[in-house]
Amino acid sequence: MGSFSLHASCLAKPKLPWSNDCFQNLNSLKLPALQRRPKFHSRKASKVLAFYGLKSPPYKLDALEPYMSKRLLETHWGEHHHGYVEGLNKQLEKSDILYGHTLDELVKVTYNNGNPLPEFNNAAQVWNHDFFWESMQPGGGGMPELGLLQQIEKDFGSFTNFKEKFIEAALSLFGSGWVWLVLKRREKRLEVVKTSNAVNPIVWDDIPLISLDVWEHAYYQDYKNDRGKYVNAFMNHLVSWHVATARIIHAEAFVNLGEPNIPVA
Amino acid sequence: MALRTIASRKTLAALGSGLRAQARLATAAAGAYSRGLVTFSLPDLPYDYGALEPAISAEIMQLHHQKHHQTYVTNYNKAVEQLVDAMAKGDAPAVAKLQSAIKFNGGGHINHSLFWQNLTPIHEGGGEPPKGLLGWAIDTDFGSLEALVQKMNAEGAALQGSGWVWLGLDKDFKKLVVETTANQDPLVTKGANLVPLIGIDVWEHAYYLQYKNVKPDYLKNIWKVINWKYASELYEKECP
Repeated sequence: MGSFSLHASCLAKPKLPWSNDCFQNLNSLKLPALQRRPKFHSRKASKVLAFYGLKSPPYKLDALEPYMSKRLLETHWGEHHHGYVEGLNKQLEKSDILYGHTLDELVKVTYNNGNPLPEFNNAAQVWNHDFFWESMQPGGGGMPELGLLQQIEKDFGSFTNFKEKFIEAALSLFGSGWVWLVLKRREKRLEVVKTSNAVNPIVWDDIPLISLDVWEHAYYQDYKNDRGKYVNAFMNHLVSWHVATARIIHAEAFVNLGEPNIPVA
Repeated sequence: MALRTIASRKTLAALGSGLRAQARLATAAAGAYSRGLVTFSLPDLPYDYGALEPAISAEIMQLHHQKHHQTYVTNYNKAVEQLVDAMAKGDAPAVAKLQSAIKFNGGGHINHSLFWQNLTPIHEGGGEPPKGLLGWAIDTDFGSLEALVQKMNAEGAALQGSGWVWLGLDKDFKKLVVETTANQDPLVTKGANLVPLIGIDVWEHAYYLQYKNVKPDYLKNIWKVINWKYASELYEKECP
């Protein structure tokens, strides 16, 4: 296996379901000179680039109609999200130290404990949008079930109370940002959290379960200035409680939500 | 009880007039005066919604004015009313909690009131370069009008999230400055001595329906409808 020197442009095309992490590992393989095969194409120096690909949403772009139009998704994913990926790759080309990270790691590293590096905005927005597409599904909305519902009822009183809090957070967020249902790692409870611009809960080591993009570009084409209608459409028809459940199940491997069951001798 | 009402009326009159001075508008923006409370209303545009085409579409102008600006005005009035109640009751936590709503909505009203005056149709002089004292000051402080435009466009394009890019006047040093503010923060939050001459809204709602995510195109085109005459008036008021 030779060293790869793929052009960034091939992989930045939409609709290719490359996994970001898989790609990173391939790129950081360093093989002895004997095993390097002659390259078929470019004779240019094989500068190994650390870069990331554009993940496509887990549904077709028209699947969320009429609550989120194909036209909006084409712009939001194809232009904004794609733009963040391209911007990030361009920035990383010039960086000597930000190399070989998974996207999660890159977000935390560039956040730099509250003093973000220039790459943070692009890295975090790539991560945020990946997370956001996966937080929605066609035929979403409704209510969670079983364990997740129990946890919500425990931490918010009732599902209705949680829903009100989430919607209120979305409507009272000034400017651009995101609203999250988050599992706080240290407090071991669910909370609704608002963040500005590109910030997300993983920089504080918390575990988000669902997110809602309230940057104006996320809803303007469909709802114009009516953020309330957008938020309601999200809660009632788009949010994927299946994904949220999968995420909290995964989180329970790292956060102990129940009371420890210590046997008495 | 009566004394408290008078006190709050005075404070609010001062607040109202202070804000009006900052907005620099002798408009019908300040409206009713009832219950010791100055409330604000949406100022009219000095031109039709379609008058700034093709730089800014009529659809955007209408939404921006009738929906966004109106919301800021409404919510600002509501917040101020709640503030007066909280102050009257001596409810300090409520007073503190309302500050962000007042800053956001009040700032939105101030900024947009100036913004409508900063724009004018091409046939009424939109885009015509500034002459006189302001033109001279721009050449002195930035080298040329093109350099200023380039700087403001670069700062506007680089601004992450929502905010404004400003051409301001530093009253104390009599120098022109280019600044950005986040969300609806007025220019004065960057310095009490700063007077806004031109503000460019770079919130997505200001350009999205027409330019989508291509903010640089919006910034390039808006200069065609910038009202330099008004900016010159503001400048000459401070630096005669």
